[in-house]
Amino acid sequence: MWQGRVGVLALVVVAILAGIPMCAAGGGGGANQLEVYSWWTGPGEEEGLAAMAQEFQAKNAGVTFVNAAVSGGAGSNAKAILASRLLANDPPDSYQRHAGLELEDDVRSGKVRDLSALYDREGWRDVLPKGLLDNLTIDGKIYAVPVNIHRANLMWYTPATLDKLGLAGPPKTWAEFLEQAEKIKQAGLTALAIGPQWTQKHLFETVLLGELGADKYERLFAGSLDWTAPEVEAALATYQRVLSYSDLRSASGDWQPQIDRVVQGTAVYAVMGDWASGYLEGTKKQRWQQGYAAVASPGSDGVYSFLSDAFTLPTGARNPELAEKWLIECGSTAGQNLFNPKKGSIPARVDADAKLYPGYLGWALGQWRDKRTRIVGSLAHGVVANNAYNAEIDSALGLFNQNGDLPKLAATLESTYEATR
Amino acid sequence: MTPAEGPHGLELIGTTTAHRPRHAQAGVETDWLHQPPAPVSRPSRMRRVPGWLAGLGLMAPSLILIGIFIYGFIGWNVRVSFTSWKGLTPVYDFVGLDNYTALWNDARWRTDARNIVIFTTVFVVGALALGFVMALLLEKGARGEGFYRGVFLFPMAISFIATAIVWRWLLDNGSGADTAGLNQLFSDLGLGFLRSDWHKSDSSWAIAAVALPAGWALSGYVMALFLAGMRAIPNTFRESARIDGASEWQVLWYVMRPALRPVTFSAVLILIHISLKTFDLIYALDQGNLKIDTPSLYMWFTTFDGGFYDRGATIATVLLIGVVLIIGPYIRYWLRSERR
Repeated sequence: MWQGRVGVLALVVVAILAGIPMCAAGGGGGANQLEVYSWWTGPGEEEGLAAMAQEFQAKNAGVTFVNAAVSGGAGSNAKAILASRLLANDPPDSYQRHAGLELEDDVRSGKVRDLSALYDREGWRDVLPKGLLDNLTIDGKIYAVPVNIHRANLMWYTPATLDKLGLAGPPKTWAEFLEQAEKIKQAGLTALAIGPQWTQKHLFETVLLGELGADKYERLFAGSLDWTAPEVEAALATYQRVLSYSDLRSASGDWQPQIDRVVQGTAVYAVMGDWASGYLEGTKKQRWQQGYAAVASPGSDGVYSFLSDAFTLPTGARNPELAEKWLIECGSTAGQNLFNPKKGSIPARVDADAKLYPGYLGWALGQWRDKRTRIVGSLAHGVVANNAYNAEIDSALGLFNQNGDLPKLAATLESTYEATR
Repeated sequence: MTPAEGPHGLELIGTTTAHRPRHAQAGVETDWLHQPPAPVSRPSRMRRVPGWLAGLGLMAPSLILIGIFIYGFIGWNVRVSFTSWKGLTPVYDFVGLDNYTALWNDARWRTDARNIVIFTTVFVVGALALGFVMALLLEKGARGEGFYRGVFLFPMAISFIATAIVWRWLLDNGSGADTAGLNQLFSDLGLGFLRSDWHKSDSSWAIAAVALPAGWALSGYVMALFLAGMRAIPNTFRESARIDGASEWQVLWYVMRPALRPVTFSAVLILIHISLKTFDLIYALDQGNLKIDTPSLYMWFTTFDGGFYDRGATIATVLLIGVVLIIGPYIRYWLRSERR
């Protein structure tokens, strides 16, 4: 009997203890609290967010900054949890999305507020490049504030490997790449290192951009150029040939080991976004233009294919005034200069202090600010395709890896575009 | 699909579990007070509160919770599978079987269905065979049994995510200077001909390689099940068979095998339903590689990356039906043997 009572009492105590944190979590959100939702938990980005949060709290005394970051899966875990919260109309005060059409669903479902007035008030339209503003605009309005810019269309290599193979320099076009690739293959090396599924999609968009050029690339994703058009089918065929010179069959499990193969010299090139620079400098202790180098991917010189992390103002935010202040911090020169050097990206604003960005970042910043640079958005990172279309492209490319059926790939991409617009 | 109840669901569970022990406590308390004249007071109390009502009262909280959080959400999920809900705006229209026919014509779904059948077959047969052999060896009285039992069971204590990350390296299929993992081990041992592309092979059986980490994680558990089953067979059975002149193989086949049938049956069903639901292992092993894609992964990606809630719910429903078709007979068997 005693044992029974003790057991029951223990259960009650456990249940009450378990209930306390739930009440705290559910009932929280005081008047002076700002909950910011992101997937910035990796090295560099976490410190960058902390630095911005610290400055935000210094400017807004008495405000508690709640960092609701969710780690894992390059943001895909965070996105799944965020979807649940948005569907339950329980949004954080501000949440992270990739700038561009990744936000389209949120906009069409009325989950985020129009920030056009804030842009006018803060004068952001004058300090952000037009190409970026165009890609940020959905149905004529702007709904997100970009903090950083990453570049997607880059080809990474080590100068030493090129010297060893007697290659004069990285290829200027994909046709030249294929010529070099044959030579590299005969030398017993892998021409192009590749990684998990998303890195293949990243390569896919890069080949399309290089083969079609910026205008046709944009028209393709805007729906005014068909996937079954002859020039697009030719570009798809190039993608297939490029893949055949990659290590697709023994693809790395993640993007870091993919880059490692280039550093070790078993592979010559890798197409990757410029977060690779932070990894090469930090983890691999390599120096820009010495241990490693990068150029615009073949056929895309003078084109800047960007992706950007941006913050929003959700419609049901508990504290919209504070959230707006947070967005002002995100869009400010000070905030972007606190965040970007730590994360290894460049500020979206063109008026930030260039001295803070040495090495690769300095080069990227120069290109970003160059008036002649043509800015386009990345596919794999949510700028030019909405979530539904992006997920369907994943399936189509995965199946293409198995069946190698080009006409079918083109037809699927065309029909799913119509179905998901 | 994960129901979108968010923190409210959690709160509800919290508060109701706090209620439940209070009911139970009341019952215990009365018992405690009437303890000394127990034989007299018990029937009189039973007359005041009918037994079925007390039983219902005690069961009510969990019935309500299961009703809402299991069956309610299953029903809701089935409902969503008949809608055209895409994206962050829920739509509760009715499109009939459209989603089911679309799924049937979906090339990725067909690959997934084939994959899950291959994976389940290889994994269940492999884990069962391995578990049985290990149990048999331990049963024969290997020295240091406790140690081996621990060693074999230990992988089950590791989460599938961690297992997958270790095996991602072990199953690396790089060649030449990039050789690593098991292939490296093979070539170091002079067994280079065993080199395999594992789950990245071009064969449509590529997913069978995933049965290696899955079997590694769960064969110890199967071993424990079999070991318990073997220990439950009275030694006299085997003794008498041996006295009758049966060989060890005959003892195994004619005495142990029939006696182990219930254990085998539960092991198979447990393994099958784990296999059908396997998600985290494959997710962490090689994300997005369609060679090892399964229905549960497709469900996750299409729902949360693409916002195809209708298709996700349809996959969940088909998966549920698949599990029920397999678990159903198990429950029937279990109920029948209970009644006996």
